[in-house]
Amino acid sequence: MKADPKNVLVGSHYLDGNHACAEGAIAAGCKFFGGYPITPSTEIAERVSRRFPLVGGVFVQMEDELASMGAILGAAWGGVKSMTCTSGPGFSLMMENFGLGIMLETPCVLVNVQRGGPSTGLPTLPGQADMMQARWGSHGDYEVIALAPDSPQESFELVIHAFNLSEKYRMPVLVMTDECVGHMTEKVIIPPAEEIELVERNYTDKKPGEAWPYEDTKNLLSPLLPVGKGYKFHVTGLTHDQRGYPIINDEAQEWNVRRLIDKVTKNVDDIVWLEEKDVEGAEIVVMAYGITSRVVQPAIAKAKKDGIKIGMIKMVTVWPFPEKRVKELADKVKALIMVEMNYGQVFLEMDRCVAGKCQTYFVGHAGGTVHNPEDVYKTIKEAVK
Amino acid sequence: MITEVAQQKQEHPMEKLLRMDRIPHIWCPTCGIGTTVTALAVALEQLELDLDNVAVVSGIGCTGRVAGYMKLDSFHTTHGRAIPFAFGLHVARPDMKVIVFSGDGDLISIGGNHFIHTARRNVDITVICVNNFIYAMTGGQVAPTTPLTAKSSTSPYGNYEHPFNLPLLAASSGAVYVARWTALHIRRLTTAFKEAISKRGFSFVEVIAPCSTLYARLNKLGDGLDLMKFYHDNSIIKHGADPKDIDIEYQSKITVGKFVDIEKPTFLDCLNNRNKEVFGDKYKIYGGGNGHNRD
Amino acid sequence: MATTEIRITGFGGQGIILCGYIIGKAASIYNNQNATLTQSFGPEARGSACSAQVVVSDDRVLYPYVTSPQILVALSRDGYKTHKDNIADDCIIVYDNDLVTLEKHGPKVKTYGIPATRFAEELGRKIVLNIVMLGFFGAVTGLIPKEALRQGVETSVPPGTQELNLKAFDKGYEYGLQVKKKVKATA
Repeated sequence: MKADPKNVLVGSHYLDGNHACAEGAIAAGCKFFGGYPITPSTEIAERVSRRFPLVGGVFVQMEDELASMGAILGAAWGGVKSMTCTSGPGFSLMMENFGLGIMLETPCVLVNVQRGGPSTGLPTLPGQADMMQARWGSHGDYEVIALAPDSPQESFELVIHAFNLSEKYRMPVLVMTDECVGHMTEKVIIPPAEEIELVERNYTDKKPGEAWPYEDTKNLLSPLLPVGKGYKFHVTGLTHDQRGYPIINDEAQEWNVRRLIDKVTKNVDDIVWLEEKDVEGAEIVVMAYGITSRVVQPAIAKAKKDGIKIGMIKMVTVWPFPEKRVKELADKVKALIMVEMNYGQVFLEMDRCVAGKCQTYFVGHAGGTVHNPEDVYKTIKEAVK
Repeated sequence: MITEVAQQKQEHPMEKLLRMDRIPHIWCPTCGIGTTVTALAVALEQLELDLDNVAVVSGIGCTGRVAGYMKLDSFHTTHGRAIPFAFGLHVARPDMKVIVFSGDGDLISIGGNHFIHTARRNVDITVICVNNFIYAMTGGQVAPTTPLTAKSSTSPYGNYEHPFNLPLLAASSGAVYVARWTALHIRRLTTAFKEAISKRGFSFVEVIAPCSTLYARLNKLGDGLDLMKFYHDNSIIKHGADPKDIDIEYQSKITVGKFVDIEKPTFLDCLNNRNKEVFGDKYKIYGGGNGHNRD
Repeated sequence: MATTEIRITGFGGQGIILCGYIIGKAASIYNNQNATLTQSFGPEARGSACSAQVVVSDDRVLYPYVTSPQILVALSRDGYKTHKDNIADDCIIVYDNDLVTLEKHGPKVKTYGIPATRFAEELGRKIVLNIVMLGFFGAVTGLIPKEALRQGVETSVPPGTQELNLKAFDKGYEYGLQVKKKVKATA
């Protein structure tokens, strides 16, 4: 399915990452946005509120983030594409209903413009320290999909991609941007609608009475049931069976949680998106995501000039973690270096996958600014010793 | 004869509206929630609504289980968040009747902020609150509705916090229909549900209901029947009473009736009116305008 | 020049951010370069000191922030004082010479002054001082072609104010050419 030309602001624009997120949502056909103002994400809500009336969408400034996340789930079940955005403490509040979204298997998109934490932290400065919260922030076991744009252009593109993944895998998808990307203005090229591929909502083709909301389909991607069409289905945040009925025992729990995990882990090859550069034959590989994947590049270029065989992996998807690729590389390279704006979050996953088969290095700090490429360069030099 | 009996069994009067494959329900004997569900089922039948177009949303708690038993598109959400979920559902499908059915702790304590803001916006949904004065599912803890001096498992010496007056809270927050009945007033409650569901805007019905397992036991008030007798002897019907005057005190008179029934543009009316004013013909009415019919 | 770092500094209400926005837009949209604009957020962006940073490059901008700018545009004394020491050795300082008094700089630093606020007042609207400065910046630095900057102005200022803003731009630009000529003559 192609995007609706009415929603696509075709052309070259000079936009910041937050405005680009809003345009991505509109291009993806988002028609409900519930949000609560919080720095540095607010420009997304502001642009949506300006643009929505004439594209047939409803923007609502909710009373808090709990309500924002709840309302976008309700809207999604009502049949529209929905999104919210937040930062810092707001992300913590959204974790409750994010879990409901995971449990009900609800397609929708949550953009987190990361700032420095914990607590109120650095509202106006960047961080990447919500990555583990993105992975595990709601209680219980489940898998998530999280994308990390490195620019306003990618913010536009990845919000659309997030909507597509959320429809395909029937789950909330996270876009983990940050204050630097969110408030950085660059050229954003918005292609014509016919070049924007959208995934349509997958509704059941069975009749009412014959379909359940969580059918045990082979690939675990059960079609949704539409409201208002006589299916009279039930869904619950409680552990449930295929019918959506609560079942409170260990067997049902195993079936339900496995389903939430397997639908991601069995499809990692489709979901994981890495951009590799000079990785084949490299001795050192630098891994990074979001804005950090840009600021490591001057360091890598400098190391290359020194004759170091070095490559890099930009993780467009951070979750699910590219376990397979990292395990492969651990057998081949001398060292893997993770660079992120936190004190070691995604690094832990990399280190786990490497399992001692090569050296691992971490370059991080508490946030507030991006890395100094020189710090990355120093670690590269140390790793190559 | 045998066949007749079998047929009678098949045709449970509530079958159209209850998920018979989920009965028996989990509620205790003499609990008031079942009666309230019956009143809603009868109200929906009498309204002759297209039941495909009615959705029920619940939060967490004893009353939160209602969504699971009603044969409607039904959503059992998180604690306190039934109203925002219902709000999103309503905006996405303005042609559907969205009913929130939950308890006092869920709607008014953890969900209190959503309650007042959704009433403020006059969102066209119906909120039914079963008030049993206590957190029952978790074992009888004090609630923001527990009357002063009443005992609960976390107010073992008697509650000393002022409780909310729910009709006053709803009315002052902007609800256009506000009523209170007890689980004893089945016919009047059914009528109130019919009126609330038919009302355009935020409608609210409080249902005082017995919890014999916890509230009555902890306060030595007898069993469910004793509570029903108490409602019978102590309810005062006073339509149009000023919500300010209808606080509930421990084991005192309970004022019931319809307190608010006014007209006011809904959330979607206001959204459409404003955008129409600003954008003129460029703006396409959302949700099909007056009847909130979806195009 | 592969990469040029620009810092524009002044106080809230002078249109500092818009000035940076137009430079970035002109470079990236109308001159096929890459330009990354970042700005100071927070309380300082709502009243007192305020700054916008633009990195203009022929290649993709990898490091988004400005560290030692090759161009410093100063529209206030405070802004100048805050940033005057963190500049490249060969920095070009473009400033409002009614508002900013320059201090001593290294031998390679070039400075160009314009009474931008006064010119804007003469044009009838003080608010266009940032655009006067933008024109001046365009002429004295030669970083971005005049036409690209003019297009940037036209598509970025509020509807109905294009004419006035373009006039302001041209005023600054012409003055810039004159000043440059003078500097050349004296050199």
